Amino acid sequence: MDDLIADFVAECREMLEALGGEIVAWEANPDDRARLDSIFRFVHTVKGNCGFFDFPRLEALSHAAEDALADCRTGRRAPDATLVSAVLAIIDRIGEMIAAIDAGEELPEGDDSSLIDALAPGAEGAAAQAATPAAMEAGLKGTSTPRTIRLSVELLDRVMSGVSDMVLARNELARRLREAPGEVEVDGAFERLSGIIAEMRDAITRTRMQRIENLFVALPRMVRDLSAELGKQVLVDIDGGDVELDREMIEMIRDPLTHIIRNAVDHGIELPAERMKSGKREIGLLSVSARQSGNQILIEIADDGKGIEASKLVDKAVANGVIERDAAQKMTRGEQLALIFEAGLSTAQSVTAISGRGVGMDVVRSNVERIGGVVEVDSTPGKGTRMILRVPLTLTIIPALTVSIGTQHFAIPRSAIEEIVRANGSSVTLEKIGGAGVATIRGRRVPEVALADILGLPSSMEDNERTLVVLRPAGGDVYALAVDRIHDHEELVVKPAAPAVMATGLYAGTTLADDGSPILLFDPAGLAQVGGVRLEAVERGGRGVESAVPVNSNDVPVLLFRGLDGARRALRLGVVDRIEEVVASEAIRPSAGQLRVQLGEAILPLAGVENVDEFEGKVRVFRLNDGEHEIGYAFREVIDLMNIDREVIPAEIPGAISGVTLIDGEPAELIDAHWLFAEHLGAIVRPQTQLVCRLPEGDAWMQNMLRPIVEAAGYLVIGENDELSADVTIVSQGKDIEPDEGGRILRLATDPDAADGEDSVYRYDRAGLLMALKTSSAGKR
Amino acid sequence: MKELLLIVSIAGSRVALPAAAVESVVELESLIPVPRAPNHLAGLSALRSRVLTVIDCQRSLELGSTNLNDGKLHEAAVVEMDGHHYALTVDAVEDVVEALSDPAPIRAAMGDGWERVSKGMVETEEGPLLLVDIVALVAGPGAEARAA
Repeated sequence: MDDLIADFVAECREMLEALGGEIVAWEANPDDRARLDSIFRFVHTVKGNCGFFDFPRLEALSHAAEDALADCRTGRRAPDATLVSAVLAIIDRIGEMIAAIDAGEELPEGDDSSLIDALAPGAEGAAAQAATPAAMEAGLKGTSTPRTIRLSVELLDRVMSGVSDMVLARNELARRLREAPGEVEVDGAFERLSGIIAEMRDAITRTRMQRIENLFVALPRMVRDLSAELGKQVLVDIDGGDVELDREMIEMIRDPLTHIIRNAVDHGIELPAERMKSGKREIGLLSVSARQSGNQILIEIADDGKGIEASKLVDKAVANGVIERDAAQKMTRGEQLALIFEAGLSTAQSVTAISGRGVGMDVVRSNVERIGGVVEVDSTPGKGTRMILRVPLTLTIIPALTVSIGTQHFAIPRSAIEEIVRANGSSVTLEKIGGAGVATIRGRRVPEVALADILGLPSSMEDNERTLVVLRPAGGDVYALAVDRIHDHEELVVKPAAPAVMATGLYAGTTLADDGSPILLFDPAGLAQVGGVRLEAVERGGRGVESAVPVNSNDVPVLLFRGLDGARRALRLGVVDRIEEVVASEAIRPSAGQLRVQLGEAILPLAGVENVDEFEGKVRVFRLNDGEHEIGYAFREVIDLMNIDREVIPAEIPGAISGVTLIDGEPAELIDAHWLFAEHLGAIVRPQTQLVCRLPEGDAWMQNMLRPIVEAAGYLVIGENDELSADVTIVSQGKDIEPDEGGRILRLATDPDAADGEDSVYRYDRAGLLMALKTSSAGKR
Repeated sequence: MKELLLIVSIAGSRVALPAAAVESVVELESLIPVPRAPNHLAGLSALRSRVLTVIDCQRSLELGSTNLNDGKLHEAAVVEMDGHHYALTVDAVEDVVEALSDPAPIRAAMGDGWERVSKGMVETEEGPLLLVDIVALVAGPGAEARAA
């Protein structure tokens, strides 16, 4: 309640401040309609809030003023000087009371009837004088300085676009500096400037952020009112209110979200009796959750109602002429459900006041798409419906990959890129099937389109020299886009393009490259559409093919490549998940005891590097996968995909190389993937036979000083009363304790002379301690 | 005060643009074409940190086309519409004059392209000039067909 009052006071204060000038202007010109309106709004707001808070005096005052002003607004009464003074007197009195409320005082006793009477037509202008001292008093009291200020979004936008321009200028400067390497001091200063700009951009982006809670807080009430009206019982479960989103974005998704929830309550969740009949709980459950995933926010609205029947949707769509009957038969279930977003479709039996007029879901989709988002639907008849809104985190800055066709550069949003492969690479084949391009990437068939063809641009490059960018438009299935060249990853400040450009359906916006030239940013879904790729159907076929790839074959397919040190090596294809390219200086760094590489959102241990200085510029990395864990392996280039048919000469000592064999007439080292994983994941993956050490829980020295050492030696530390049986139990010298079955006791002595070096060790004899722990573990294994 | 007009020549004809709508006159250097965009949309260019959408007025009027990638500088008038900046390519920018009359309908038959962008004839000290509708110029020849 106190919060609400504080809000009320803040709001009133703000309006009063803004009104200051209006009042004077109104006084000078009582006929000014705009002034009249804003003063009316103020008393109206005060009146509305007072009723809620139980401030009867405020309410009476504002109500009286509102009535008088309403008469003026409808023209029943002409505002004259007397009325103006009377209204002003009331506003002053309201200000005074609000000051009192703010200061936490009781509202002063007093009689406002003289002020209210003064509003009546023909009343004397006596009230005006009464107001003056009150106003002064209110001013004198003063208030504590506010901790926050309100800014107009417009101003923030200006700062934001200033910062965006600054980023562009910095990029340009960076390019100039790269071209003409200057002094180290200049570079240093530039680095610092660059860092500051990045920080500033983060900060200014955050000022535009708002917790999504602001959007969610109204939902329970809305659902309650709705369900009461419809005679349903609905429980709302809200999660993830602390996710932050661009404030503009919050406004943009308010309507779509409201609409989806209305639909869920109205059409999704059944009446209690129906629910009982179908064996559900009487109370329907509606869960709304938000979470961040990469640079997207996912808002999920799920109900456990009756779900959507895809067949009904299809019938309706056919009846309304949205689709053809034969087209409908070819549709997948996902496509059928997506029909709900077509204009003029609603499966509701009857039109209700809440929703179901057949307008709505198409508006929802277009609203969400306008801000670069996607809405998806999934539903199981009888079980419920789930809608997912995916919206970008901010409207303006998008990480993107720049590619080119001929001489022209374009950008592709990185969020849509699944992987990048070379068309002539060993794991890729390109085929034309009935004129349509199909790329087979490691056994997976994906539709392939050449960017040059979509755009109608001349390109002299052969199909198999191109690079394939495998794209997954948000919510859709993958396709491969063949581009001439791949350039760079950049953070681009994206601005909407002119309507005529957007109308092509290919582009999501424009941006400026480092050198200041404009670049068009693609809309991956639009590209697919213009390129004639049917997103869902082909992928389904692809999955079938994948499972048909022979798994058990005598020939072992290996990937022949050249390591960073130039050696010819081979790696069994099965463990290679994919190949990625990273900028060494950004993505590779030693941390937590070993070299690690950042690939997308994952940080993996990096193998294959003898010497950190070998890196320059970009490094390619195999992403190896053992089914559970991943590690990276840096290399220089892929030579080919081969089969091992010769004998492998095993290495003499276990290591990264398991042996040597002849591939394609030349020797190649065969990488021991098992060793790589064992070596690089050793610290992450606990051995299966976990050693257990019991430490007294109450002993601070043991817990704080000893425990880290014991854990580093590979032990699981338990307390005195845990049930596990311990391999080692450590106690202080002089305490008696029963050893666990098969375990041993290690006593720690505070006095070096009391230790015998075997079962009792001086507690700061680190080497002795480790030795004792090791002998225990050796005994166990 | 009478409206100020910017006299430019497009496709060899002298016409007037409302000067208030023109933000600046720039020289376009290089253009980035926009594949699949309408024909009269010549491409994109950058002005400081803003992206300009370049409209080839000759193509918009269907009176030929301007070769913008011949390495020469081309003059263009920058206008703003709905938050987007457009550069209208012109043969030359001549002068700013005061309009001496309100636009009056032209009763003689004009060429197709001109008819579409005409806002009427205005009297100036330099004689009568055609006042060009910038919105129609930007929308280009296909706009009516699309709207219909």
